Amino acid sequence: MRALFFALLLAPSLTLAVGRPSEMLPDPAQESRAQQIGRELRCMVCQNQSIEDSEADLARDLRRLVRERVAAGESDVAVREHIHARYGDFVLLRPPFNWVTAPLWALPVLVLTGGALALVMMRRRAARRSGPAPLTPAERARLAKLEDES
Amino acid sequence: MSEAKRSSVSRRALMWAPLGLAAAGGLGFWAMLRGMQDGSYDPRGVPSALIGKPAPRLALPAVAETGLPGFGEAALASPGAPVLVNFWASWCVPCVVEHPQLMALQKRGVRILGVNYKDKPADAAKFLTRYGNPFSALVADAEGRAGIEYGLYGVPETYLLDRDGVVRWRWAGPLTPDTLSAELDILLRRHA
Repeated sequence: MRALFFALLLAPSLTLAVGRPSEMLPDPAQESRAQQIGRELRCMVCQNQSIEDSEADLARDLRRLVRERVAAGESDVAVREHIHARYGDFVLLRPPFNWVTAPLWALPVLVLTGGALALVMMRRRAARRSGPAPLTPAERARLAKLEDES
Repeated sequence: MSEAKRSSVSRRALMWAPLGLAAAGGLGFWAMLRGMQDGSYDPRGVPSALIGKPAPRLALPAVAETGLPGFGEAALASPGAPVLVNFWASWCVPCVVEHPQLMALQKRGVRILGVNYKDKPADAAKFLTRYGNPFSALVADAEGRAGIEYGLYGVPETYLLDRDGVVRWRWAGPLTPDTLSAELDILLRRHA
């Protein structure tokens, strides 16, 4: 009885894991390529999901398009480029490097170099400030005496 | 002495820094909200990849139930005058909101080519008898394939093609009277 209960509990998660079998390509190698491509493409309706993760209609259409092109023997790059040409840079979850996206890519470098520069400058200033004070004549005499003793 | 003074000054400046940063962030956020309110900033608005490129050719069937003619590749390749390509569907509520603007454009003599997106022909015909027909020609994109060719997110969406069939403008979402006066009217005159 209890086993049956747990089996029933698990049933929905099992069907979810299988996904939508009618959409999948019969060739597992091609299907995994299609999934790889789809995971890099943004669902334009939900915007923060890939087309593989989204249940939006448009995402389903794009998944089907990707699979058709993969099945027709196109390369990954060609499939991605086909959709990129229609939907622009925003459809790529990994933004390409061009003049528009340059600030985006340059920002971490700028922040890191800025931080490093600030660190160096702070250290230099601290070093200049905290040098030991020069010895007074009395101290120097005492030091000479100490060194003589040893 | 002067050294100590300077460090106390920079320390005080540092103490104010987080507050300044928060203020700058708040100002930016406020500007963003203002922009969203008056329509000059749209966080979901993404420029179409087709601007400046020839409009994708469509080979789609006419919607016989509406009695309207279809249009072929030639109508998009060289329209001869600026033309609008409007993606719509009878199940789409914003399309109802947009419809009066399409009717007004049609009355002014703007040619509008309709693409009936993922719709039932009978429903499309009913929609047009109920709200009026602004289209000079209409085709059916039952599968949504043509939509993908145009980089469509959803319906309604409108593209302006110049006389040579080059995409000049795209509007995602319903056309409003404001859209017409602020953008489309100027572009229509510019490309006429």
